[in-house]
Amino acid sequence: MSFFKQHPTLPGFGLSFGVSALFITLVILVPLAGLLAYLSNMSGAQFLAAVTDPRVVASYRVTLTGAAYSTLIALVVGLLLAWVLVRYRFPGRELLDALVDLPFALPTAVAGLTLSVLLAPNGWVGQWLAPFGIKVSYAFPGLVIAMVFTSLPFVVRSVQPVLAEMGPEYEEASHTLGATDWQTTWRVILPALVPAIFTGASQAFIRSLGEFGAVVMIAGNIPYTTEITSLMIFVRLSEYDYAAASAIASVVLGASLLLLFLLQVLQGRLLPWQRPGV
Amino acid sequence: MIAHTRPSAHFILEKYVIKRILALSALAVSTVTAAPASAQQTILNTSYDIARELFTAINPKFQADWKAKSGQDLNIEQSFAGSSRQAQAILQGLKADLVTFNQITDVDTLAQRGLIKKDWQKAFPNNSSPYYSTIAFLVRKGNPKQIKTWDDLTRDDVKLVFPNPKTSGNARYSYLGAWLYANEKFGGDDAKNRAFVGKLLKNVESFPTGGRGATVAFAQNNQGDALLTFESEVNNIAASDEFKALGLEVVVPPVSVLAEFPVAVVDRVADEKGTRKVAEAYLNYLYTPEIQKLLASFYYRVHDKAVVQETAKQFPAIKLINPQDVLGAWDDISKTHFASGGVLDQLLAQGR
Repeated sequence: MSFFKQHPTLPGFGLSFGVSALFITLVILVPLAGLLAYLSNMSGAQFLAAVTDPRVVASYRVTLTGAAYSTLIALVVGLLLAWVLVRYRFPGRELLDALVDLPFALPTAVAGLTLSVLLAPNGWVGQWLAPFGIKVSYAFPGLVIAMVFTSLPFVVRSVQPVLAEMGPEYEEASHTLGATDWQTTWRVILPALVPAIFTGASQAFIRSLGEFGAVVMIAGNIPYTTEITSLMIFVRLSEYDYAAASAIASVVLGASLLLLFLLQVLQGRLLPWQRPGV
Repeated sequence: MIAHTRPSAHFILEKYVIKRILALSALAVSTVTAAPASAQQTILNTSYDIARELFTAINPKFQADWKAKSGQDLNIEQSFAGSSRQAQAILQGLKADLVTFNQITDVDTLAQRGLIKKDWQKAFPNNSSPYYSTIAFLVRKGNPKQIKTWDDLTRDDVKLVFPNPKTSGNARYSYLGAWLYANEKFGGDDAKNRAFVGKLLKNVESFPTGGRGATVAFAQNNQGDALLTFESEVNNIAASDEFKALGLEVVVPPVSVLAEFPVAVVDRVADEKGTRKVAEAYLNYLYTPEIQKLLASFYYRVHDKAVVQETAKQFPAIKLINPQDVLGAWDDISKTHFASGGVLDQLLAQGR
């Protein structure tokens, strides 16, 4: 039966489908089309030159390594946070739950500025690190911390509902069968969380790839060392080179889309029971 | 057969009350929007990042002056950001009536795209520059590293902070200051100039995107030994309530770059909105003795002879080099030094 001739139980399918398609077009597809329009003005050689400029390539390296580190940290911290929020009851739990969403609500520039002041050699936290010669603000560690700050909620919010839905019966069953706590965690709970972890980690990584405001406030922006790709796009815009900026943006976009696609495929391969329709 | 019942209360509410409310609100809205707009005019002045305090002081004075002269209420909106960002915003459609920038190139960009007429520099006195400044250094209390001139900035033990030259006009002047100083010192030897400026760029600890970001990094977060920014900003930071306690010192090098602050009416927008008269009056107001004195109090150098004499003590007599005299037209300077792959990019890529 043709897709458009199906009669689902809920009424209003046609209208709701139309409205959703309209919004997706306006919010996602039209800007993408604009980006491609700028790109179409460039020749292949110009595109390659814009995208393989040594300073731009260095920024890819900085952004990717920063995003990788920050995703790992966000994953560990996020899992822990989600576990604590779901499995325990303590005073202030709701407040902590609400605070997890703070990075979404706070303007990223404010976040970056606050972090840079906090972690500077004379800041509240930075002053304890300074005697050891650890420089956080205006260096690579600061970049990673800013990325962790903005991508942490993704991990927590991905894992929380799945964890909440998993009742205690799995752990209880595992204990009755003689498993230790460690075996229960490693072989019963974590495997069930793997899709949520994948989703959270990929969202965190992709967010870190594109993060601008928080990172430029704290990273120092030294070319070839702490300059991220979003800043390179901004620099190209300042040179009124819209085509080159679009080229670099399309690389970031392409990387994100590729990653999302790969993750979908991987999930299907690694976790056959998660595939729809099985 | 359908039973005819009395209309329910809900029905009455829907049919009569809501419709009346809608009709009344439509009437109210149309009255408000149809009211004559000439009672209040609004102009938008887009400025560079560190001009906040200056225009907060100037705008009320102009509003009073305009009201006295023409009886009209004027609302002045202000926008502050790096001047290149402002130029881009205007190119992309921001309806700014006038611009007060810190870089001639950004006004030229708008002129090239037809938003400002090509001979904008002749529209107002002194090449449309009511005030000018130069690049000076802000150093720590007691000047522990004994930083006196541009040479000291290239020493191995000195770390610098200034904004990203790609995004900030302020920083481009610092770059030009270094280049022009080296040019004077080495008698025009290009290789030596490059080595000098390259060394200076290597000493930079942090490249925040704007002037104020650099101030935060230096003054608040203790980065670097010297902050390079406009003389006006250096003095204002040292004297500000926030940072007075730090005892930061102002060092004005004996040779530095002339930074003219251009102003212009955005012709296309002003003609479209009919605000040309107000905009021109505003910019001319910046040349009046009262405002020139105010500018001097913010440590901007002015041209008004009387004010210059009065405030001579504030401004050390130093040699100011105009980049256009040495490096050619601003267009050429931009293309050679600041464009993608230009000298700045080459020097930043050295040794990385």
